[in-house]
Amino acid sequence: MKFLQQLRLGFRSLLLHKLRSALAVLGILIGVTAVIWLVAMGEGVSYQAQQQIKDLGATSIIVRSIKPAEESSRSDSNARMGISYGLLREDFERIVTNVPTIGRAVPMREISREVRHREQFIDGMVIACTPEYFGMNRLKIARGRAISEIDMTSYANVVVLAHEAAVKLFPIEDPLGRAGQIGQEFYVNVGIAAERSAAAAIGGSLDARQYDRDVYIPLTTFRARIGDRVFTSRAGSFQLETVELTQITAVVDDMKEVDATADIIRALLQRYHKVVDYAVVVPKELLEQAETMRAMFNVLLLLIAGISLLVGGIGIMNIMLATVTERTREIGIRRALGATKGEIVQQFLWETVVLSGTGGLLGVLFGFLCGPTVNGVRFGVRASLPEVWAALPPNIRNLEPRLAPWSIIAAFAISVGVGIVFGIYPARRAANMDPIEALRHE
Amino acid sequence: MPPKQALTPNAGPPPRDVVAAIRGVSKVYSLGGHEVKALDNVSIEFRQGDYVAIMGSSGSGKSTLLNVLGCLDRPTTGQYYLAGQDVAVMDDETLSRIRGRYLGFIFQSYNLIQQLSVVENIEVPLSYQRPPMPGGRERCLKLAELVGLSKRLGHRPTELSGGQQQRVAIARALVNNPHVILADEPTGNLDTATSHEIMDLLDALNKAGRTIVMVTHENDIAERARRIVRLRDGRIESVAEVRREALPAGG
Ligand SMILES: Nc1ncnc2c1ncn2[C@@H]1O[C@H](COP(=O)(O)OP(=O)(O)OP(=O)(O)O)[C@@H](O)[C@H]1O
Ligand SMILES: [Mg+2]
Repeated sequence: MKFLQQLRLGFRSLLLHKLRSALAVLGILIGVTAVIWLVAMGEGVSYQAQQQIKDLGATSIIVRSIKPAEESSRSDSNARMGISYGLLREDFERIVTNVPTIGRAVPMREISREVRHREQFIDGMVIACTPEYFGMNRLKIARGRAISEIDMTSYANVVVLAHEAAVKLFPIEDPLGRAGQIGQEFYVNVGIAAERSAAAAIGGSLDARQYDRDVYIPLTTFRARIGDRVFTSRAGSFQLETVELTQITAVVDDMKEVDATADIIRALLQRYHKVVDYAVVVPKELLEQAETMRAMFNVLLLLIAGISLLVGGIGIMNIMLATVTERTREIGIRRALGATKGEIVQQFLWETVVLSGTGGLLGVLFGFLCGPTVNGVRFGVRASLPEVWAALPPNIRNLEPRLAPWSIIAAFAISVGVGIVFGIYPARRAANMDPIEALRHE
Repeated sequence: MPPKQALTPNAGPPPRDVVAAIRGVSKVYSLGGHEVKALDNVSIEFRQGDYVAIMGSSGSGKSTLLNVLGCLDRPTTGQYYLAGQDVAVMDDETLSRIRGRYLGFIFQSYNLIQQLSVVENIEVPLSYQRPPMPGGRERCLKLAELVGLSKRLGHRPTELSGGQQQRVAIARALVNNPHVILADEPTGNLDTATSHEIMDLLDALNKAGRTIVMVTHENDIAERARRIVRLRDGRIESVAEVRREALPAGG
């Protein structure tokens, strides 16, 4: 009752100067909207990253071969022999036999190769793997079948195509049962994988990449037909590289064992590798890193938000000081009619709270427009500036802002708080006027 | 019977029917080294139902006296008993409460709050009553009717004439049922006809039992009162009864 009365009085006094009040409200509005939007974008990005890391599996440990700096490669750097580095089949055996906490481990070899079918070809990624690879990476088979144990033991020339690879290579015919060509060899197409979104990992250890142009063949077949020594072309020059395995993915049964297991794997590899030609990536650690990054990002956001709300608050204070001066007479009248200093302070504080609260509410309202606005901008850029669109990194292209309820509550509460903090000085100034002087004021 | 003036300072609280009494009050302003005695040892009592006009030349201390009586200003020395309590020693918050509780103000320049309507202006003193007064809104409407503004309740002060604004101010001064109504030149901004209308209203209030103290420069206005107090250089020069042979006694 009393509360509503104060609120109404505040509104009416502010309506005396509509433009001025509107500008003060605008200052807070922008601050609050900025907070909500920035937090929503930040949450969107980190959510995306987390999803991608979770796709890799929180219980998995990924060990990848890494080409070391030129001089320190394992071989005696015979130019004819090329260089030789990375994970060995022995490493895989050692890991599987020596680390008891590992439930499953899957070896994999990949190279980029041209894949053909008649006139159609793609620059695909040939993934040589075991049947377990599909389950471990949550690769679904849309049609046909995955690589089987029989394929492995029989060194079969079979291939499973990822979605886009299948479409590109077989635009007209049904790919199942037909043969595609990798290098000089023909492989019979036995299955097509379901469509899958791009995944990326934070920390630079794993590249964001498109899974949709992969072609999968049995690991044994790869070794028999293509072999460990392959020519690769990097920056125009060909190079002979000997790599046994590109990646070993190990899955630990218990999430708590992940860190310890990773340490054991590191120690094991260190003993047998003179140079560090491998990297151990732990998605769980990435997840934790992402969490810390998100926390840091949020601190930064709060700083920005704080500054913008500070500016808004100064605007409010400025306006309230002008208001107090203008309404000196009213203050004198109210004092004469029985208002205590405290009641005058209250009255003017209510006005600033109405100002900043209105700004806060409108800011929250505009905050809800974040998603639609981002979608609108995305649509606009894609439609009118396709080159710019194509150049954007995928996590920006796919960004979905996520409104964080805490940010809405915090932004509104802070805006009201700003109103109170910046309203106190003008309100006290009003209350401390001498009533007689104030009544004489013209 | 006119009240007898108490001449002994520091004599303790006055009798119950004295609603306001100042004793030996001085108010000294020091301006750039030298002192101005706006009030110089002034003592005066106001009884229930009193009707006093304060006169005197410009700078004689009329407004200062009224400000002291209105608890807007504290005397430099002396006592001021209002409703039986010495308010000269009270703190700012208590003084505010006392103003809201026991006093009604009427100003020369009406002093209505511009953004509020007539009825809301009348209501202002009620919002500062602790504890709140029951039946607030109805009281305001009754008072608006009393001052003849029932048809203007929603109007803003700028939409009213000076006389009408002063009527609103009078209604506002009555809303808290004050012990004393203090008016500083209530007709100072009004033409003669309107002045007399306003004075008729004040006369009627006094007849109904209200205690009124007003400052005025005009003799015909002052003669509406029962007593005229003349100030000169901050001192009481004379206190005179108004003889009313021409008027029928009582009311
Ligand atoms: N705040 C103040 N500071 C200094 N001197 C003051 C102050 N207020 C009043 N005075 C002085 O006190 C004296 C009495 O002033 P006061 O306002 O009471 O006169 P007044 O009788 O009301 O005059 P008027 O008829 O012109 O209104 C004057 O000499 C005035 O200059
Ligand atoms: Mg005066």
